[in-house]
Amino acid sequence: MALKQVSPTDEFIKGLWRDNPVFIQVLGMCPALAVSNTAINALAMGLATTFVLLMAGLSVSLLRSFIPREARIVSYICIIATFVTCVDYAIMAISIELHRALGAFIALIVVNCLILGRAEAFASKNNPGRALLDGLGMGVGFTFALFFIGVVREILGSGTLFGVDMFPDGFQTWTVMVLPSGGFFAMAMWLLVVNWIRQREGGAEKQANERSREVAS
Amino acid sequence: MNAPAPIQQKRTSAWSMYRAIVGIGAFCALLIVTVYEATAERIADNKARFLSNAVAEVLPASRSTVEVTLNADGSLVAATEPADLPVFLGYDENGDLIGAVITAQGMGYADNIRVLYAYSFGRKVIVGFKVLESKETPGLGDKVEIEPHFLANFEGLDARLNEDGTALANAIVTVKQGEKTEPWQLDGITGATITSDAIGAILNQGSSAWLPVLERDGRAIQPPQPTQE
Repeated sequence: MALKQVSPTDEFIKGLWRDNPVFIQVLGMCPALAVSNTAINALAMGLATTFVLLMAGLSVSLLRSFIPREARIVSYICIIATFVTCVDYAIMAISIELHRALGAFIALIVVNCLILGRAEAFASKNNPGRALLDGLGMGVGFTFALFFIGVVREILGSGTLFGVDMFPDGFQTWTVMVLPSGGFFAMAMWLLVVNWIRQREGGAEKQANERSREVAS
Repeated sequence: MNAPAPIQQKRTSAWSMYRAIVGIGAFCALLIVTVYEATAERIADNKARFLSNAVAEVLPASRSTVEVTLNADGSLVAATEPADLPVFLGYDENGDLIGAVITAQGMGYADNIRVLYAYSFGRKVIVGFKVLESKETPGLGDKVEIEPHFLANFEGLDARLNEDGTALANAIVTVKQGEKTEPWQLDGITGATITSDAIGAILNQGSSAWLPVLERDGRAIQPPQPTQE
């Protein structure tokens, strides 16, 4: 049986929804829960991770015939750590305040299992073009997921969005939402929404298949 | 029926592994050093600007500053190199000494807290405060940065020296929220007890170490010369 050919567009799109790293694969939970207390922190962490995903994917794909199987993990980690260090310097060069807000979590991108996972499972087996599209799709999907969690936490926990007040003066903020436990609450809420949509999609697809079978018979 | 022959996996040579690991290591080192060199100047500028903005924030009346340090004999001199915990003297537009800005640090609830605060030579009080580095719990410990009643402590926190000028007349301490009765007490924050206690300890330690020297030698330091346009 011939394997179904995956188009380059599908390589990109899969990370946004079908294989979303946070809501479907539940990977990279440490930064997703820790740094998503405000929308701007979530966006910055998502963009930094996207850059590392892209560059690590490209490098691993380009060097895939050069890296022996036995030395692949140490090589991938070395490549990922290098790009994380570059991102760390770049963020400090852009804004010290942003670097302060993200704290230790920039350095911890090195151990984000999403990045090593894509290098090992995809980039090391595909050409650079596909590796780039896969990295971009996963990175954008990761950024969106963090951003959605961050928006909920900042609005409810601080009463602001991007630092702009969203409620009248009398609004009592839900402090728990900016605490670590708030990350779990927001994550659970989004998982509920995503799974509900996926179930509806699955049901609609099943109904369409049954209808087409009836028509055919 | 003959059993299938075991699959022979080709053994990777040691040379291939050395080549890959050393090659990637060299590439990574080159990249890191290149990016470091490209961003070092900008990062240093950003850090200096951040510190300078923070100094202006805690001592807004100052128009120029001089960083100072302690000499080997314990006397105050103008610093020739930036210190890890810098201390500045602030001057008004006439070149008169109006205050000092002190960087101090200590252990909080989660990690080290580094703060910057201003001391007024005229009023003998701490008049400004800003947290430079903190990893305290969001929503609880980090209230020391935004809670209005806590920040109101720094409208005039008593930091007078004793008659000899060798130590603080009264140690700066944090008390429970709403229980402040003396001008040298910090009104703490309920829900951020450890962090607000830590701020009191940091201010007390920093002031005990610096204020006697600053009061004794600060006026002898020359203000910076105004630059010619």
